[in-house]
Amino acid sequence: MTPKTELDRRSFLKATLLTGGALLIGTNLPFTSRAEERFGIEAEPAAEFHPNAFIKIAPDGKVTVVVGQAEMGQGVLTSLPMIVADELEVDWKDVTFEHGPPGAAFINPALGGQITGGSASIRGLFDPLRKAAAATREMLVTAAAQQWSVPVEQLRVRNGEVFHPTSRRTAKYGTLLAAASKVTPPTAPKLKDAKDFKFIGKNVKRLDTPEKVNGSGIFGMDIKVPGMLTATIMRSPVIGGKVKTFDDSAAKAVKGVRHVVQLESGIAIVADNYWSAKKGRDALNVVWDEGKMASVSSDKLYQADVAAAATAKGIEAKKIGDIAAGKAKAAKTIESVYWAPFLAHATMEPMNATADVKADRCEVWSGIQAQMVVQQMVAKELSMPPEKVTVNNTLLGGGFGRRLGEYVIDAVKLSKSVGKPVKVVWTREDDMHGDFYRPSAYNKMSAGIDAAGKPVFWQHRIVSPSIMATLGPGLFGFAPPPDRLDDTSTEGASNLPYDMQNLYVDWVRTDPGVPVGFWRSVGSSHTAFSTECFLDELAFEAKKDPLAFRLSLLEKHPRHAGVLKLAAEKAGWYKPAPKGIFRGIAVHESFASYVAQVAEVSVDKKTGKVKVHRIVCAIDCGQVVNPDTVAAQMESCIIFGLTAAFYGEITVKNGRIEQRNFYDYKMLRMNETPKIETYIVPSTEKHGGVGEPGTPPTAPAVVNAIFAATGKRVRSLPIKPADLREVA
Amino acid sequence: MTKLSVNRKQYEVDDDLDTPLLWVIRDSIGLTGTKYGCGVAQCGSCTIHVDGHAKRSCVTPMKAAVGKEITTIEGVSPDSTHALQKAWIAADVPQCGYCQSGQIMSAAILLKENKRPTDADIDSAMSGIICRCGTYPRIREAIKQAAINGGGK
Ligand code: FES
Ligand code: FES
Repeated sequence: MTPKTELDRRSFLKATLLTGGALLIGTNLPFTSRAEERFGIEAEPAAEFHPNAFIKIAPDGKVTVVVGQAEMGQGVLTSLPMIVADELEVDWKDVTFEHGPPGAAFINPALGGQITGGSASIRGLFDPLRKAAAATREMLVTAAAQQWSVPVEQLRVRNGEVFHPTSRRTAKYGTLLAAASKVTPPTAPKLKDAKDFKFIGKNVKRLDTPEKVNGSGIFGMDIKVPGMLTATIMRSPVIGGKVKTFDDSAAKAVKGVRHVVQLESGIAIVADNYWSAKKGRDALNVVWDEGKMASVSSDKLYQADVAAAATAKGIEAKKIGDIAAGKAKAAKTIESVYWAPFLAHATMEPMNATADVKADRCEVWSGIQAQMVVQQMVAKELSMPPEKVTVNNTLLGGGFGRRLGEYVIDAVKLSKSVGKPVKVVWTREDDMHGDFYRPSAYNKMSAGIDAAGKPVFWQHRIVSPSIMATLGPGLFGFAPPPDRLDDTSTEGASNLPYDMQNLYVDWVRTDPGVPVGFWRSVGSSHTAFSTECFLDELAFEAKKDPLAFRLSLLEKHPRHAGVLKLAAEKAGWYKPAPKGIFRGIAVHESFASYVAQVAEVSVDKKTGKVKVHRIVCAIDCGQVVNPDTVAAQMESCIIFGLTAAFYGEITVKNGRIEQRNFYDYKMLRMNETPKIETYIVPSTEKHGGVGEPGTPPTAPAVVNAIFAATGKRVRSLPIKPADLREVA
Repeated sequence: MTKLSVNRKQYEVDDDLDTPLLWVIRDSIGLTGTKYGCGVAQCGSCTIHVDGHAKRSCVTPMKAAVGKEITTIEGVSPDSTHALQKAWIAADVPQCGYCQSGQIMSAAILLKENKRPTDADIDSAMSGIICRCGTYPRIREAIKQAAINGGGK
């Protein structure tokens, strides 16, 4: 797309003095959208000033950073304010955050939408926020210079004040706001030298912790609106099924039940409180028109994948050299199939949303990763202009790609129908059944090595459903054509970092009818497993140490090699492991960050049960804002990855998702959690993400360690202890 | 009407006696710090204290708490100064935060009964409480720190 430089120069920053004397700074930076980047679709150029971010300075010197990103545990409510505090030169105790409303104001330049995802908050907002804060600082300095009639160059800033060393005059920022608002914003403010950073790169305590330890933090589930009713919805047990007939006489007799409303998604019981709604729902009698999915089951879907992998025409994702020529050079060829199942997000807080629809406006409350999309969806549903829709974002009880916001619509419909505010609460079972699942991926892989053990070809076919086909229309306003690559299916495989003279990666798009979506680390959540395990197989065939083999193929990828070496060194890769413990290693790049992990496991010979003792993680995520947040995200990503490796599997039977609750969709628990060590590569490179890149290497590191322990290769997730038993 | 004592305050509610305490506390009394995660005693997000014992409020009928003292996360301390809360803040334990009320309520009982829990003690007391964000390593550290700071008092 064309850079909007002319527009930038005019409207990079806008300062407004608010009633009460606070100064509000809005910034505006150009962006490219994922849609444009990926599919060459032209976006409308921004015609007017759309600030990306807000900084507020109050007369008492308190600085508020208005964060449009959703806080779902990743620490964005702290990291974005840190960036501002550093450039602005203010005390950390004077800095707070506020949740931003939806709007073009909070479009993340890295994503082209107000979306919290793709591990992109820092990646997209670091530069704009720094620049805005630096410009604000310069405006405050200019205001002081004018008041004191001294040259700007003689002034300094520290802890929220401007001072003039020669005359020893000082002025707190709060006293300069009115004057600063009249200063023309600088177009190229001078940024601090990285060595002078006070907060960036240091461990800073999260601003949102206090409200999360005393029960006062408000999640969507906790919203209370005067006059509000609570609803639960009985949805079809079969994916895509519709209500045929229903009998609500018993439901209506339940105390507290006020309305029964038929929606497209099912039958809603609207009641005084949750328990009445739930009891009412339990008393409902619904006959379903099960639809075409009723004949679909996991084993059939798997067979279809096998067939598609063998015969379908694939869409090319990457081609280097010539596979046939590579095959001719192979002294040894290996072939494997890797399988990764559908997975649920299972955020700790089940989906929910509250809506209050009035004749000419609507207000919604929910935890959402894509507020602007929701605003537009609601506006469309109600045939209202978007500015009549207020979206209040709450804390998110976990996001992981699930909380894009489609669940708001049922609340809107119900509120409109009953004329009162309505909160829709999903039960855990609803949440498990109504997810957009991580796509399954069937991987047909083959590779060859020459007599010296060097890879001569690598061929990888991925068979999986398309995320963009499911979510694209609602989220980005388009669906990829069936013959176009959806690279969320192949990312991590098509950019295999290892030196391969002949490589071919292609994708076969399937449509199993199971809704799929973004799941923490997206395509990399399965491509790291298939590629890093298959590479381990090659190392074994080549009789090489898995680490040395990797390093020998990574000469052109120093950052991959760097994290591998760091993780290996910290784990003592070349030192013997304690008796009974075996190591595996994996590395993967995603969201512009590089992560290597060494897993230490033991396997019980009788039961096949795997115990993970320790995971050593090394990350290179470029310049770091808050190292402790990076460590926390690695811990989180690894535990998420372990849950998937050991337990995660969503299966379908007769069109029904079989898993219901945590008893059959298990989560890793504290007693199964290994010791986790995180090491960060010091770097001044551009920022990489941290919310997701720690997940991909975990399963392959563990699986590779299991191979070291047992000589058995796990090629299908989740890991099944029965397969690892030593047959007596 | 049923009388309940929550965090040393008296309430009257007109829920049925078999309504799970979780929903009485959240919807009728209006204290939303206690969370719903599964509804079937699997996750521990809804953990509260009834007469000093940890209970999963999603499967505890209201009638089981009549005449007893109920404590929720809001009643652990008036100002977030319980040793566990301080340790939680010091270790930056929470991520999304949704499970943390249940974690702290469970840890409080552990420390009441065991002044110096070992890793194994912590594992066995805390493994019933799911954290999807994976804050377990920090919870472990924070509990140990709180124990050192006299959290079991
Ligand atoms: S909500 Fe009570 S244990 Fe999960
Ligand atoms: S902090 Fe998110 S579930 Fe525990």
